[in-house]
Amino acid sequence: MITITHYITLSAILFTIGVIGVLIRRNAIVIFMCIELMLNAVNLSFVAFAHYLNSMQGQLFVFFTITVAAAEAAVGLAIIVAVFRNKETVNIDDINIMKW
Amino acid sequence: MEAYLFYIVATISVAAAVYLVFEKNPVFSALYLIQIMVCIAVLYILLEAQFIAAVQIIVYAGAIMVLFLFVIMLLNLNVQEDVKDALPFQKIPTIFLGITLFVVISIVLKSKLFQGRHGEYTTEYVNKVGNTKIIGNLLFTDYLLPFEITSILLFVAAIGAVMLAKRKI
Repeated sequence: MITITHYITLSAILFTIGVIGVLIRRNAIVIFMCIELMLNAVNLSFVAFAHYLNSMQGQLFVFFTITVAAAEAAVGLAIIVAVFRNKETVNIDDINIMKW
Repeated sequence: MEAYLFYIVATISVAAAVYLVFEKNPVFSALYLIQIMVCIAVLYILLEAQFIAAVQIIVYAGAIMVLFLFVIMLLNLNVQEDVKDALPFQKIPTIFLGITLFVVISIVLKSKLFQGRHGEYTTEYVNKVGNTKIIGNLLFTDYLLPFEITSILLFVAAIGAVMLAKRKI
């Protein structure tokens, strides 16, 4: 029998892997993909809670999250393209003009 | 049956997530992420969220990931050059901190903090009326304002993407 604990555990594992990826990778696009992975993990826990609480709010919230993720992907990738045009790299160690 | 499917899909998604993080080539990372998204769509179907599963496939795996792959190929990043890692000592502590984060999340979730109130949308009711119909009804009644704000958000994002990526306005 699959309970909510299984889904929440899977969600926590995926979120943790996403956090690790954000921290150890140096490629901006891969970091961005890890952020998408974290968003997906949170969406999974939303739907799992919604299912086990007989509610619809979780699914609606996931709908809005996906919309925000789409907007974020468009703007973020545009920023990466703009940075690549100026610096010829997407390695975040070389992109430090805003560092004190 | 459901348990087998859950374990198979969960194993595939976790393995793909590990490959996503440790893969050198960004194109393969993107393909692993598409695999994770399809696996999560299968889990949504197991959780009887058919509309969200379809949106996940169409919007995430279809649109967003194609955008990612498009940018990777546009910037010609699929040839990974050997760049020197400025902080090589960061990897091991990061993995330990990640495991700590997982343990903390598990403790929080195991404690009975999340005793939510049960709603009215039971599985029988949802299956009788239809998942998509209920979501549509809620979107255009109770959640009309967030829905309209979403359209503004997408509009702003489209304009912002064009403004940022254009060389000279």
